[in-house]
Amino acid sequence: MKIRTHQVNLYYSDFHALKGITMEISANTVTALIGPSGCGKSTFLRVFNRMNDLIDGVKITGDIFIDGQEIYDRKTNIDDLRKNVGMVFQKPNPFPKSIFENVAYGLRVNGINDKKFIEERVERSLHQSALWDEVKDKMKKSAFELSGGQQQRLCIARALAIEPSIILMDEPASALDPISTAKIEELIYELKKNYTIIIVTHNMQQAGRVSDKTGFFYLGELIEYDDTKIIFTNPKNPRTQNYITGRFG
Amino acid sequence: MKRFFRRFIEKFIEGIFFLSSSVTTLTVLLIVVFLFREGMGVFNKTPIEEGFAIALNKNNSVKEISSLDMKNIFDQNITNWKTLGGNNDSIILFRIDDISNYFTDEQLGDSLQYVPKCISSLVDSLTGIIAFIPEKYIDKHFAGRKLPMDKISVGKFLSGKEWFPTAQPASQLGVLPLILGTLWVSLMAILIALPLGLATAIYMAEIASEKVRRILKPLIELLAGIPSVVYGFFGLIVIVPLIQKVFDLPVGETGLAGSIVLGIMALPTIITISEDAIRTTPRAMKEASLALGANKWQTIARVIIPYSMSGITAAAILGIGRAIGETMAVLMVTGNAAVIPHTILEPVRTIPATIAAELGEAPQGGLHYEALFALGCILFILTMATNLLVEYISKKRKYNKQ
Amino acid sequence: MAEGEKISSNKMLKQAIAFNLFRILSFSVVAILIIILSFITIKGFRAISWEFLTAMPEDGMTKGGIYPAIIGTFYLIAGSMLFAFPIGVLSAIYINEYAKDGFFKRFVKLMTNNLAGIPSIVFGLFGMSLFVNTLGFGDSILAGSLTLGLLTLPVVIRTTEEALKAVDHSFRLGSYALGATKLQTIRRVVLPMSLPNIITGLILSIGRVSGETAPILFTVAAYFLPKLPTSIFDQVMALPYHLYVISTSGTNIEESRPIAYGTALVLIAIVLIVNLLANGLRRYFGNKVKMN
Ligand SMILES: Nc1ncnc2c1ncn2[C@@H]1O[C@H](COP(=O)(O)OP(=O)(O)O)[C@@H](O)[C@H]1O
Ligand SMILES: [Mg+2]
Repeated sequence: MKIRTHQVNLYYSDFHALKGITMEISANTVTALIGPSGCGKSTFLRVFNRMNDLIDGVKITGDIFIDGQEIYDRKTNIDDLRKNVGMVFQKPNPFPKSIFENVAYGLRVNGINDKKFIEERVERSLHQSALWDEVKDKMKKSAFELSGGQQQRLCIARALAIEPSIILMDEPASALDPISTAKIEELIYELKKNYTIIIVTHNMQQAGRVSDKTGFFYLGELIEYDDTKIIFTNPKNPRTQNYITGRFG
Repeated sequence: MKRFFRRFIEKFIEGIFFLSSSVTTLTVLLIVVFLFREGMGVFNKTPIEEGFAIALNKNNSVKEISSLDMKNIFDQNITNWKTLGGNNDSIILFRIDDISNYFTDEQLGDSLQYVPKCISSLVDSLTGIIAFIPEKYIDKHFAGRKLPMDKISVGKFLSGKEWFPTAQPASQLGVLPLILGTLWVSLMAILIALPLGLATAIYMAEIASEKVRRILKPLIELLAGIPSVVYGFFGLIVIVPLIQKVFDLPVGETGLAGSIVLGIMALPTIITISEDAIRTTPRAMKEASLALGANKWQTIARVIIPYSMSGITAAAILGIGRAIGETMAVLMVTGNAAVIPHTILEPVRTIPATIAAELGEAPQGGLHYEALFALGCILFILTMATNLLVEYISKKRKYNKQ
Repeated sequence: MAEGEKISSNKMLKQAIAFNLFRILSFSVVAILIIILSFITIKGFRAISWEFLTAMPEDGMTKGGIYPAIIGTFYLIAGSMLFAFPIGVLSAIYINEYAKDGFFKRFVKLMTNNLAGIPSIVFGLFGMSLFVNTLGFGDSILAGSLTLGLLTLPVVIRTTEEALKAVDHSFRLGSYALGATKLQTIRRVVLPMSLPNIITGLILSIGRVSGETAPILFTVAAYFLPKLPTSIFDQVMALPYHLYVISTSGTNIEESRPIAYGTALVLIAIVLIVNLLANGLRRYFGNKVKMN
């Protein structure tokens, strides 16, 4: 198992946002997290790169293992963890820098200065995120000049550049047009070969198209977690049934 | 009927609201009109005091004398016409008071009716003479040559290196030292205030805990509320003597003292505006940086500061604008010497300080008075330019980040 | 892994250095403030007494009190606010409640901003030219108050606008729904709700006016005038100008130092009180609004 969580509880001060989540995720799969808004999907996703640590008053209990190592352990170096666990956000959020520097950012902040190495890695990441052909002639241009869909693929390239083994995606296509969305989905399918992907999505069809496994969250609980096919055709829990048939959410 | 009356009242009151809202616009326009009306009068005058003239011997080959040379002649820094391209003849100064050295009371007449004739013959007999005399004493058949004086030009006004408006016989109205003094002191002030202010802004926005921030914020507001004359007083009592001692100077009133005081005064502006700018950095952008393994400091230095750069620039420009217009504090600590500064350890004089120090003594409507209003125009233009620049930068920022 | 740890500790070191540097710089800003305040407070406290606040200056302003300057500043505050406060509030109401988004509104806002950016000495020049000379008010409370009033007008407008904006739109809609006219809505709903914030703005502008020197230099301030004004066409002494005069050009600068410290302390005290009052008001009414 690539990732294993056991009885994870998370509190925002007094608010109990995650309730005893236990889940196993194997390598090189895509796992979709679905559920109505506010049910804790993003919160859970952000557990894996310890992004919740930044928020005052957050308390976490339970165990989270990545590659067999407890990531909330004192021994775990948070920089190394975040290098290993990349993240793509809901809205494209490139830095106010050139296209090249956006992708190189993660390398630079992690102490890599070798120019040749950085150039190679940037190019490779842009190839991987299927953006290279569109930007290879304007690497020095500001990232803000790209379209929304291109910006989001740039953010994916940015995450890939530091060679993570896991990629977290929080509704990565929700701010994009259908064509860009299709491109991102295609990309996710490609990336699965080398990465373990966890994706939060609002879009049921999208979950059905891209994921191997799906977890349904409701009010901070993981109601059901199974193969995507089963969740969408034959869910065991009536609440899952209601949600995917659109009766609430 | 009653309803009609009520509608009328509503409209009437709305009209009053409307009129009130146009007061600021009206004021700005009036300021422009009054400032420029008085200030532009300078360029309709010659530097010679009104009602006076300069006369030379008719054989003197010097055709015109600049107002600076005029000053040097009457200060006896130039003593020979050769220096000005004339004959080798030493210069003889003549002011109207000197007339009794040349003529007896009888010669001048009991009601001074012969003065014009006497002056005429005197100017005719002394080849090296330069006479500064009232127009009314110039005879119809004047034997000398009245020197034509040019009106003060905008170019000369702006580029002149001497500010000595009460000089006799010709005012020296060069504002270059004042403009340079103003810019020098203000830029230095920002150089002092920017690192300090920016660091504080970053600390308050990104590093300090909420509790510390809640203490710092009102203190900064307090700093902004202290009147400039109190800063000036503090500068005069504490900073000026300190500078004198540390640099072992004859006087502590220097450009540096002005810059330090102005720098302190610019701090609240810089801190507040750059803190606001830093706070506009989207959370998602910070998180993206942290998610790539950057720590907080790397995120601040590589993402947050570049992102808020235009806001920080606006803060700096606004700070400079404030410093340029600041009057009392500078007046009290810079020593007010109207010379082009070479080091920050010399006294300098800024435009606002000049206006404040001299307007009280300048007779209304006179050349000096108008020159001070012209300085006001320059100040107005400088600060407007900084305001518009800031406006432009923040517009562009909104456009870029929409 | 060892390599990674080295880089990571390097990053942490840089961060620690940077953060501590910033902390030191921030605290030195606070230290500057504390030095200024405590210096003037300690020195000024010795000069201050009941007599100092209520007696006329004596012996070429080296002895006696600053009573006429206090009264003069008080008149100037009252005069300028009598002018700027109503106009500023009415103006803000027009901009915020009546004017439609568009050229006029943008233009008025730009002009208000520009007015706020004009240096105070330029206001002095303008006030002298318009009020003192052209309108013939002479050096007088009237001329000085009008000049100071124009100077603070943008402050009043801005704070009032913010106060009006803070009133949620739904309250206005609620009032309209009951058949109230726009004016009634403003008078009975919007103004009462924004009043505390408007008053806070008024207090802050008073703080500003009380310390301004350059605009009054040539419009009202008297160097030495040991009597109180009897009409709005009289000159007055004023605290900030008095401080300037006795610390730079008095008859005996050394001997009048204690008076200078005392005057500076009075000015600082005004600022302190104004800030405390404004913050207190904000907090008090801020909580009250939240509670409802
Ligand atoms: N920083 C925070 N502080 C307090 N509560 C939060 C915070 N972030 C999220 N929450 C709460 O936690 C719950 C789950 O939020 P989230 O994980 O963002 O939901 P989802 O992504 O499923 O829409 C919500 O009720 C939300 O209000
Ligand atoms: Mg979410």
